[in-house]
Amino acid sequence: MSAVLTWVLGPVSPDESPFRRNLRMFFSSRLSTVSTLMVFGFVLLAIAAPLVAPHDPNETDLFRRLQPPAWIEGGEWSFLLGCDALGRDILSRIIYGSRISIFIGAFVIFVATTIGILAGLAAGYLRGWVDIAISRLVDILLGFPYLIFAIALIAMMGPGLQNILLALIYKEWVMPCRVVRGETLAAREVEYVEAARALGGSSRHIMLREILPNILSPVIVVATIRMAHVIILEASLSFLGLGIQPPTASWGSMVADGRSYMLEAWWVSTFPGFAILILVLAINVAGQGLRDAFDPKFHD
Amino acid sequence: MNFGKFVERLAQLLPVLLGVTVIVFFMMALTPGDPVEIMIGDSHVTPEQEAELRHDLGLDRPPVERFFVFLGNAVRGDFGISFYHRRPVIDVIAERLPATIELSLVALVLALATSIPLGIVAAVKKNTIFDKLATVGSLFGVSLPGFWFGILLLMLFSVHLHLLPVAGRVGYEFEVPPITHMLLIDSLLQGRFDAFANAFKHLIMPAIVLGLPMAAILTRVTRTSMLDVLSQDYMTFAEAKGLSRSRILLRHGLKNALIPTVTVAALQTGALLGGNMIVETVFGWPGLGRLVVESIFLRNYPLVQAAVLIYATTYVTLNFLADILYTILNPRVRL
Repeated sequence: MSAVLTWVLGPVSPDESPFRRNLRMFFSSRLSTVSTLMVFGFVLLAIAAPLVAPHDPNETDLFRRLQPPAWIEGGEWSFLLGCDALGRDILSRIIYGSRISIFIGAFVIFVATTIGILAGLAAGYLRGWVDIAISRLVDILLGFPYLIFAIALIAMMGPGLQNILLALIYKEWVMPCRVVRGETLAAREVEYVEAARALGGSSRHIMLREILPNILSPVIVVATIRMAHVIILEASLSFLGLGIQPPTASWGSMVADGRSYMLEAWWVSTFPGFAILILVLAINVAGQGLRDAFDPKFHD
Repeated sequence: MNFGKFVERLAQLLPVLLGVTVIVFFMMALTPGDPVEIMIGDSHVTPEQEAELRHDLGLDRPPVERFFVFLGNAVRGDFGISFYHRRPVIDVIAERLPATIELSLVALVLALATSIPLGIVAAVKKNTIFDKLATVGSLFGVSLPGFWFGILLLMLFSVHLHLLPVAGRVGYEFEVPPITHMLLIDSLLQGRFDAFANAFKHLIMPAIVLGLPMAAILTRVTRTSMLDVLSQDYMTFAEAKGLSRSRILLRHGLKNALIPTVTVAALQTGALLGGNMIVETVFGWPGLGRLVVESIFLRNYPLVQAAVLIYATTYVTLNFLADILYTILNPRVRL
């Protein structure tokens, strides 16, 4: 493990930056490294789906309706995890479904974190009416349970990829915004910010060039943990029929499809749900590892 | 706690509730589709009747005016007529709410009953296999998709082992005349232990699925706060006085360690509200969560609007109570 660490981060040097030191601490944990590799494995799978999926995920074959996995009597090795009620290959649909989960998770977190950072910086640094307006909006949005808010928005806008993205982003930005505002409030009183102000730096320069690089660590930790949450939310919406619509493969809707066949075909629901669990668990473990490495409170 | 601070904190709640109401109203007001057309459905009505209905519903007025009418009505508990049920929305919600409250309360009790002992033992036995199992268990708890876990439980305990019922609140043969509309309480009040047992069998799987993420979070919180308390000087002092380990833990440790747990539990109770839409859908539980999901597909917007507002108001109120509770339990914290 330490050889890999040295290969990725180079040899330890005494004047190493805190970020690099924390990253080294993160990768020195076997659990964190394995979970990060698993997440990257899922990402690669999603990118290379057309190359690695054994079948077309939407190709139906009613002769293979509810065909069991390969190791059960009646199964075939070319359809490893069996087929669903329309005879579609479950493994191929899981591989293609990873594209939806990972894309939605990554896109929502990227956009929401960007908005959250900008709003949090403005609220924490500029204070005054900007802070009041942003903080009140944050309070109001925090007044909604997340899933209920997303469901209400989808009820209004209708299902579909674009609307799911919007429904999730509308509330997700609040989480990084709170973190960034708190960190910015503390950072604006620190000497290096006062020095930048004394040198005549503009507010924009101080916020983006001085404060932001110094508060990024907690934001990265929060973003990672929130990504797991967003993936479960998307799957939950798709499970309820409010997310990605058929025939596009998504893990949540695949689990929902299998509910009607619990008696005779357990595999239809079980494998897609297992994929969600593994990806979310890997992200959560990596997130916890990041928090332990980047938060000084956990260094002991 | 200072009464003035309490009033100040309460006053901060009002703009949030108003903002929530504004968002809920405009969310539904901007929804594509004409409510009058949805209400009429396939029935044949004249344009005059349609215009009259539109006027009765207040839909011919400007949105801002409609908002204030909505707000005034909402304060009085009047959320209009359910398009699907053809009855006042509040009556339909009142019928389904007790089932949701009962499920949430049992989930809360289960979560507290498992997480507190687990968290304490994990802290006391820090870095042992038990602690590591509790950590892994709580990571699983927050990573398990509730809808999938529910289906797995159904497949195992209902479909294969035939131990627990698949759906509903109670078997048809165990009808209990309603008093509180919470079956567990009503059956006990009337001495119907057979109905109690049957209702409990219906409740146990949904409550486990709903309570699991909360139990996972509370286990971590209890462990962390217990570790913090164990490192305090007064704990060392109590040990030096020669008090027994269990007495120290229960008398001095637990009392202080539970402050964050109780606060997070109050916050998480609000989060249970979101989870019950999923759980009620999976287990066919006749509560408010399932009603909302059904109403979305039926485009029964007045009901969705009212339910979202009720959920949000409850959530905000629970968060407020969690704040107050934390201050009461921990006098060092001032609001």
